[in-house]
Amino acid sequence: MAKADAKLFNRSSQVALVREGNRTVLTMGSDFQGDPKEFAVVIPVPTPIEKEQIHIGDPKLLMRLDAYSSPRLVEYHDPDPCGRRDEMRKMSVNGAMLPQAAAVREKEKSLGVTIEARYTVGEYDILILSAKDSGGLAKWLQSNGYRIPAGAAEVLDSYVRQNMRFFVAKVNLGEKARLGFSSLRPIQVAYESPKFMLPIRLGMVNANGPQELFVYTLTRKGRVEAVNYRTVRLPSDTDVPLFVKDRFPDFYRALFSRQVKHEGSAAVFTEYAWDMGWCDPCAAEPLTAAELRGVGVFWLPDAAGAGASGASDVFLTRLHVRYDAAHFPEDLAFQETADRQNFQARYVLHHPFAGTVSCDAGDYRDSLRSRRESEARNVIALTGWSADEVRRRMGVTAAELDTRKWYERLWN
Amino acid sequence: MLEIAPLSTKDPRLFQIASLTVLLGYGMTVLSFDVSPARAALLVGTALCAQLACTRLFRLPVFDPWSGLISALSLCLLLRTNSAGIAVAAAGVAIGSKFFLRWNGKHLFNPTNIALAAVLAVTGRAWVSSGQWGNAAFFGFFIACAGRFVVQRAARGDVTLAFLATFLLLVLGRSAALHEPLTIPLHRLESGALLLFAFFMISDPKTTPDSRGGRLVFGAVVALGAAYVQFRLFLPNGAIWSLALGSLLVPLFDLLWPGPQSSERVVRFRMKGDLHAPLLALRPRFVSLRSGSLPARSRFLRVLRGEGRREAL
Repeated sequence: MAKADAKLFNRSSQVALVREGNRTVLTMGSDFQGDPKEFAVVIPVPTPIEKEQIHIGDPKLLMRLDAYSSPRLVEYHDPDPCGRRDEMRKMSVNGAMLPQAAAVREKEKSLGVTIEARYTVGEYDILILSAKDSGGLAKWLQSNGYRIPAGAAEVLDSYVRQNMRFFVAKVNLGEKARLGFSSLRPIQVAYESPKFMLPIRLGMVNANGPQELFVYTLTRKGRVEAVNYRTVRLPSDTDVPLFVKDRFPDFYRALFSRQVKHEGSAAVFTEYAWDMGWCDPCAAEPLTAAELRGVGVFWLPDAAGAGASGASDVFLTRLHVRYDAAHFPEDLAFQETADRQNFQARYVLHHPFAGTVSCDAGDYRDSLRSRRESEARNVIALTGWSADEVRRRMGVTAAELDTRKWYERLWN
Repeated sequence: MLEIAPLSTKDPRLFQIASLTVLLGYGMTVLSFDVSPARAALLVGTALCAQLACTRLFRLPVFDPWSGLISALSLCLLLRTNSAGIAVAAAGVAIGSKFFLRWNGKHLFNPTNIALAAVLAVTGRAWVSSGQWGNAAFFGFFIACAGRFVVQRAARGDVTLAFLATFLLLVLGRSAALHEPLTIPLHRLESGALLLFAFFMISDPKTTPDSRGGRLVFGAVVALGAAYVQFRLFLPNGAIWSLALGSLLVPLFDLLWPGPQSSERVVRFRMKGDLHAPLLALRPRFVSLRSGSLPARSRFLRVLRGEGRREAL
């Protein structure tokens, strides 16, 4: 079974949004790779918040969500063409991804901004700020030693004018050493607001090039989609050649890039939408009730309530966005739809029958040949890889598998 | 045998049907809208059956499938649901509203609008994908041009312009107040859903106020409501809710600022031989039998079926 570990996409971040009514729990992954003393984030939230609303989550939660919902390969093994039924085997391979950052440092001095709370939770020092004066916040951050990238002041200003509040989280090195976590744990914030949105504008001001964002939404009614950008399903259920198993991360990256280009770099992609009560096949074990509560699914009963897994009443949507300022001028706004149709981005491998073929099986051999041709065509269409490369990877000669049209062959 | 209303090449609805069909084809193929051919057929079929049933119920002399087709195509573009039953209900509400929810000889609600508002509010199992069009400038231009043409021919461009101008000012004004860069309001305005609403839904001549002044105020009021829903309540589908509620004000606007009804204008056109009688066909028979005069006599929603038939007999 092939594995696509960790860092598939550079400059990527993961966010989980749990929401019912106006109640929202936001979990932000912070797989910051640099020196932790350089790490700090400014997080805008739509409402005033208090100390108790901020929480540090289990680092495994986002990994679990990622593993559970990532695009996958499904393998089927052909039965004996001569009649003996062979069992069908299914397996899956994950794509997973990674981190975000916004680096700054701290000093002390105050300037027109109210610090509503300052405390340490886990390995983070948290500052909850409110700024009535729009220019004040950026100035305050700068004079306190946070490096604010050019352009951030304007964004902060417009957030302040929308009555958004902020908290700053930075790593407390002493606590981090004491707790012994190697990576930074995700920060969670629970709030109540009619705004179902994700502020992405701050993240774009100092980014060179587009950034990846994975949003896992956990809701009750159904699939979540963007209201101010097009939401598109990733192509799925396509037969691909066997070599994709060993190159699945490359395949997924190439496929995603091609889809982004196809949509003019301005779409949000649905990679998974599923009732969490069940999955077939599951890429990973479904999240337990305790894990779901850890992500913030507040409507589930306490520990004893639901069983070890199979927690129903939760609909998971995985959205994948590659964004930059040119194509995503606005923050992402979402709506929960009533769509309960299950969807997963899955790609199918068919293994030819490996045993001894005891009969002529001419039809089967013919069907294998045409299947390989169509698999080659599919992978070329999905990824944009060159026909030569695909042919080489499939280990076939040009003559054996020629995806060109007959007239292309005629004159070339 | 029921006569089918003809659709002349001068009828603005012909262009409207053509535009909506092109948009739907584009949406289903290029933009992969969440509407299957079977669902589209179900919506169109239900709408036409409902139209036929109401035609018989009200004993209208002519079966007019065209406005029902427009409602069905609009629902195909906007309504999303997993449930075929809800789709059927929406098409039924759209057509039924034209016959049962009337005021002063006009229908009170745009059929597609009230059908969407009803199934969104009542069932909770339907939604509208406002982001489905994307923001491709080319597409915006296309839809705007196509739409404008419809409006000009439907002679209700004033509502559209009042709505768009007010909404534009509100969106730009809000962004200016929040010190947002211009790209943000422009992105909001470059919305296919917004243009579709402005050119195809609010402009419906059967549901807008009779006088020009009334229509201008109406367009502005609906824009205010849409902005309120979007920027104060932070809910999707602001324009749809706003139009559904705003339509309740139309009778008031018609009292304050009376004007010629669209059906009267149609009759005048017809005298000149410009237009076949698509809108006449919608009038219950008792009105034309009794008086032959088209402006409706009733003050309150008086196309209550039983009453009407008794009068006719």
